Amino acid sequence: MYVYDEFDRAFLAERVAEFRDQVGRRLSGALSEDEFKPLRLMNGVYLQLHAYMLRIAIPYGTLNSDQLRRMAYVARRYDRGYGHFTTRQNIQFNWIKLDELPEAMAALAEVGVHGIQTSGNCIRNVTTDQWAGATPGEYDDPRIWAEILRQYSTLHPEFTYLPRKFKIAITAAPQDRAAIKVHDVGLRLHRNEAGELGFEVLVGGGLGRTPFVGKLVRPFLPARDLLSYIEAIMRVYNQYGRRDNIYKARIKILVHEIGAEEFSRAVEAEWEAIREGALKMTDEMIAEIRGRFLYPDFAALTDNPPELVEALKDERFVTWHANSVHTHKVPGHAIVTISLKPVGAPPGDATADQMEVVADLADRYGFREIRVGHEQNLCLPNVAQKDLPALWAALDAAGLATPNVNHISDIIACPGLDYCALANARAIPVAQEIAKRFADLDRSRGIGRLHVNISGCINACGHHHVGHIGILGVEKNGQEFYQITLGGRADEKAQLGTLLGPAVSYEQVPDLIEDVVDTYMELRAGPQELFIDTVARLGVEPFKERVYAAH
Amino acid sequence: MPLIENGQIIEDRFVRVTDEDALPEGVPVLIGTDRFLKEAAALKGRQAPVGIIWPNNRPIAEIAPYLDQLSLIALNFPSFRDGRAYSQARLLRERLGWTGPLRAIGNVLRDQFLLMERSGFDQVDAVKAADADAFDEAVHRYTVFYQPATPDERPSLLRQRLGRTVSGVPAGVPK
Repeated sequence: MYVYDEFDRAFLAERVAEFRDQVGRRLSGALSEDEFKPLRLMNGVYLQLHAYMLRIAIPYGTLNSDQLRRMAYVARRYDRGYGHFTTRQNIQFNWIKLDELPEAMAALAEVGVHGIQTSGNCIRNVTTDQWAGATPGEYDDPRIWAEILRQYSTLHPEFTYLPRKFKIAITAAPQDRAAIKVHDVGLRLHRNEAGELGFEVLVGGGLGRTPFVGKLVRPFLPARDLLSYIEAIMRVYNQYGRRDNIYKARIKILVHEIGAEEFSRAVEAEWEAIREGALKMTDEMIAEIRGRFLYPDFAALTDNPPELVEALKDERFVTWHANSVHTHKVPGHAIVTISLKPVGAPPGDATADQMEVVADLADRYGFREIRVGHEQNLCLPNVAQKDLPALWAALDAAGLATPNVNHISDIIACPGLDYCALANARAIPVAQEIAKRFADLDRSRGIGRLHVNISGCINACGHHHVGHIGILGVEKNGQEFYQITLGGRADEKAQLGTLLGPAVSYEQVPDLIEDVVDTYMELRAGPQELFIDTVARLGVEPFKERVYAAH
Repeated sequence: MPLIENGQIIEDRFVRVTDEDALPEGVPVLIGTDRFLKEAAALKGRQAPVGIIWPNNRPIAEIAPYLDQLSLIALNFPSFRDGRAYSQARLLRERLGWTGPLRAIGNVLRDQFLLMERSGFDQVDAVKAADADAFDEAVHRYTVFYQPATPDERPSLLRQRLGRTVSGVPAGVPK
């Protein structure tokens, strides 16, 4: 966990004061809505269908229990008692009043939490693996580098009015849980043959209406050169990214239009001029930021303690353990995913009560630390295995132990037409209905790993392009229709899904998904072949034939 | 539109002249880039100062051969949301070594004064009179910055850690 110092606290207090002043000027009319909009966006304030929405940054998905408790307080005091965790490791409050916003922000700032740069055409909250620092096989803790980027990019004078938003993701493990290939900049931390730490740099990935997988611009960037290289990328983009059309303004379009080679050449030329400048990091500076991350004081424990062995006689515990508990790098410990996808509820929502339960459990069993993953689930990254039975019992009692992580009912969905001013179609009710169809745990376990992603419009906040099954809501003659894609993935083998066939109506979606899954169950080479692998082996044709013959 | 230089409202001694009008003798003028480039040779002989309005969609490096002839460079913000001139300003200061006056013109509003100052502008042509009055407050909202930028006298975390400013974290830094 990163510990804020006086510097961070001073900055945050000044930021809140600035926003309070801006809200005051908006309310007095000194600022027009047009002038106010980018200012509020850069503090995480959106105007949604029904109310203002406040989006809070959870830098690289790491929270302490006090911060989560304060979010519960804000949910209860200023909202309707719940919050929504997003695919960008953020949390959104959907019902806050404009005149109460500065007050809510001040309450959050007291625990070092804010909405800075969770929206607007700036460098957004940097995301990473929710298992960072806990999972085996990492080259380094990616949060160190995410924190360095957070500091560098916060209120950057040159890059606050970019052509469009800018998202950076970092992974440091062989399995990419941060979806780096579908970000504006994706950074893969690794070591070169000489053993030096550095980044593979991908640029121009992204979803939205023009999806691309990121292109390699540099196989190895020495870690200490990260900031100057990012500055070079940003400077090229800020000057040459398109500003004539909002839909062509992301860096992926620039990279696509001039080509990755030409783009890379421009970045390298800029980088040559600045790489030895003020942004070059020394070992001391990196060590100082590293030193502000506190790691748990793990006890010397062994794997499979008697408490765990005993609990594994209980079938319900076995099911949860097999699904939601993952290997930790320290013996005798585990990483626990907390599903925010109970069947029938909006994906990613948590009530104030649930947040408090998780905060208390983090205090008791998890070294006070909580993570948020881009799959819209929570995670306790550091739990002693002997505490797993008690943790499970408490989670279960709070409705937080649904053992469906990575199952078909662990759906990623955007807020859709229920909240969002941009949406063309509902997403949450579609997710709820699909989850109900697969509520039977034996059935969903039999299906295995299957990611369903739902977006309520072409902007793709539900990342439908990279869902194993992607569902995109569109509007046709005033009615909601849904396009289905198969075979997308967001991991280290990232690729975009292939369209299955013509769009279907809202009512037809759950049946169609059941047909797709039934087809997979018939066609798979065996229980070990995942849905995504069957689609890769056979293509979408056999699915298409079956599904559309049935409808 | 009040012109502010280093925090003070000043008289604009430069006269903006369109491409069609004749240049007045003996008066500092501010002219567009197309005209300047067309008349650059002739302007070398001019006694009174010449300033240029450089467009934000033209690479700033192209200005380099003419810097000796210029007494003022104005960069344009067609909308306050269009941030290209921030990069141009930094390149002018840090790459091309421009030390003369650098003016922000166009849709220049209070909430961007600080970004402009930190990118190297020392003059801003404010759209609103009330914004000009609030200049001092606007650029002193923050006592700390995270990243180094062009003319930073206030502590930046990166700079501190690089040992370029006084070490230790100041609790409150005087303006």
